[in-house]
Amino acid sequence: MQKYILLGDEAIARAGVDAGISGMYAYPGTPSTEIMEYVQLLKNKGEVSISCEWSANEKSALETALGMSYTGKRAMAAMKHVGLNVAADAFINSAITGVNGGLLVVAADDPSMHSSQNEQDSRFYGKFAFVPVFEPSGQQEAYDMVFDAFELSEKYSVPVLIRITTRLAHSRAEVTSRRPHPQKQIRLPEDSSRFILMPAIARKRYKTVLGNYEKLKMENRLSKYNVFRDGHNRNLGIIACGLAWNYLMENFSDEQIPYPVLKISAYPFDKDIIMNITERCREILVLEEGYPFVEEQLRGILDDGRRIYGRMDGAIPRDGELTPDIVAKALGISTGSGPRVPDLVAPRPPSFCKGCGHADMFNAITEAMKPYPFNGVFSDIGCYTLAALPPYSAINSCVDMGASVTMAVGAADAGLHPSVAVIGDSTFTHSGMTGLLDAVVKNSNVTVIIADNQTTGMTGGQKSSGTGRLKDICTGLGVDHKHVRTIVPLRKNHEENVRIIREEIDFQGPSVIIASRECIQTAARRKKSENKSETEKDQS
Amino acid sequence: MKSDIILAGVGGQGILSIAAAIGLAAASNRLFVKQSEVHGMSQRGGDVQSHLRISDRKIYSDLIPKGKADIIISVEPMEALRYLPWLSESGWIVSNSVPYVNIPSYPPAEEITAEIKKIRNSILFDAESVARDCGSVRSANMVILGAAAPFIGLPLTEIEKAVAGLFASKGEEVVKINLKAFRAGLTVTGRA
Ligand SMILES: Cc1ncc(C[n+]2csc(CCOP(=O)(O)OP(=O)(O)O)c2C)c(N)n1
Repeated sequence: MQKYILLGDEAIARAGVDAGISGMYAYPGTPSTEIMEYVQLLKNKGEVSISCEWSANEKSALETALGMSYTGKRAMAAMKHVGLNVAADAFINSAITGVNGGLLVVAADDPSMHSSQNEQDSRFYGKFAFVPVFEPSGQQEAYDMVFDAFELSEKYSVPVLIRITTRLAHSRAEVTSRRPHPQKQIRLPEDSSRFILMPAIARKRYKTVLGNYEKLKMENRLSKYNVFRDGHNRNLGIIACGLAWNYLMENFSDEQIPYPVLKISAYPFDKDIIMNITERCREILVLEEGYPFVEEQLRGILDDGRRIYGRMDGAIPRDGELTPDIVAKALGISTGSGPRVPDLVAPRPPSFCKGCGHADMFNAITEAMKPYPFNGVFSDIGCYTLAALPPYSAINSCVDMGASVTMAVGAADAGLHPSVAVIGDSTFTHSGMTGLLDAVVKNSNVTVIIADNQTTGMTGGQKSSGTGRLKDICTGLGVDHKHVRTIVPLRKNHEENVRIIREEIDFQGPSVIIASRECIQTAARRKKSENKSETEKDQS
Repeated sequence: MKSDIILAGVGGQGILSIAAAIGLAAASNRLFVKQSEVHGMSQRGGDVQSHLRISDRKIYSDLIPKGKADIIISVEPMEALRYLPWLSESGWIVSNSVPYVNIPSYPPAEEITAEIKKIRNSILFDAESVARDCGSVRSANMVILGAAAPFIGLPLTEIEKAVAGLFASKGEEVVKINLKAFRAGLTVTGRA
């Protein structure tokens, strides 16, 4: 037993390590990134021997974790909420095959979109795939749940989803650890045919999965996290899910909550635990982070009879993350506020770092595109998306990872010229390569510009799978080597870079320009650590 | 004992080091700590904030309710104003007065000063020149921490110990500069 101060992300990683995982698999994405980084930190310190390299994308991460589970060892896959879209095929089908060694999938949702394209609620994926979901309310609970989730996973041979949101992922508190479990030995599945999802096998497995889902509702272990507390005022009953429970408790600080309260942190839950509170109380308030997942089930399609307050009737805003103030208002508790923000306070949006190569690259692209009537550029997700803001205003799209390439292909099919895609190096290896193959196969008239800063910049500079391999990947996919050009985005190369971009736009067919210059943040960190190891050498 | 603190600044100004120092001091005093921080875009010159809560009772919410913050500690003056709705009636603002201008619409410095001065309990001073005198302008965050320290509700010696602990891995010289900066900050508030 040891005490640590950990982010929610780190608490989950620490628990995974202590529960004896042999592999942690992930692709970076805010707010989930620190889960993998914590395991890598322990490995670099020599404290653990766990496989923990970044995967090319979330689908590879989850499948690799499933492969580890197949051998009987424990594994985890971590991702941000939209990463689970990319891994959805693997996730849903791994529920049908079942697992061998325990398998946990961690999805970090980002309500209010602090750094995401949407605020989807991963609990729906659990229901969709018939996978149990744990939703911790705090760092210690997150740590403890991982142990129970692994046991549940192995008992029912099912992956378990841990759903967290930004506030827990990125908030620190004290966590007490347990005695670590050793890693498991290889023990292959007795019935390995269940991993072959041919229809005849899958049909059988599906029935098992459906049956297990009913059993999961009854599972005692789940109810340990679904706690009911009675109250004397039965005019209102409160159902608080995961983190929402904290905001409820905050509002009553030291007083006893007068209303009956049901805390839900484990799904699926049985009808009985809901009836237990609804039968006792006149009205119900549902507090949950994300979509009205529980509220919608409670109301059902007919939504008649009982008065239910929540996100669907406006008692709580329909979108955005919860706060203690929002919960207070829903409870009719008066809220305070300090002075309002003076009008002179200006927004301070993020922007390219001083000296960032992306800025020079966009200056060249914008100038190269000037002569053409259509000045649009399909782009993607990363630091380079900041070119959407003035003074650049240089890109026209950012949808989902890899979409720049395929949208450019579609637009070229429609006859648009030039059709240019700008995609980061990490985004390219995540989901851009397959689109480029499409472009090669149909000889599409597109120009793909890879913004190669040799790192996954947006999420803090993680290793990028394509570093040093991009040219070979593009020629390997079939792009003519004469049309895989490399430029160095520096001011002094501006004229030459504009010329090269124009040449490739004018070329009829798929071409790639790799704009290669190390991210200045990564470069600065690298130099610092090189200097440090130099001095250490000098001293020894 | 309970102290709710909003930390504010711009990416790279070191507000997370302030949070870490207070957090360490609170933990070694056997208090509960919760510290929520915004990651992600901070490297790219955006605004950053952290909610830091310390208490001798269990803390539930990671976020401080509006109107409940005891102190806003800011390394940048306009950023201090961004979180005014969180400040309690008796709360303090302790802020650096040197603007970090990386946007075209940055308001005139005098107007910002005037707004901060409207708050009864406010301390606004040039933490960067104090830090420079201590050996490194980069320790301005520790100067600000020093100035805010008397309002936090923790023993000053504990915070000082935490500052030393925080920089221990960076060598003696760095520890010395940051301790000097912390003490210089304390002198500013006149309570050292
Ligand atoms: C499916 C999915 N996974 C992860 C993310 C999070 N994410 C956004 S940008 C980015 C990295 C982009 O790196 P790169 O393409 O190299 O561009 P850079 O930021 O370095 O310019 C990541 C991981 C996401 N938005 N969607």
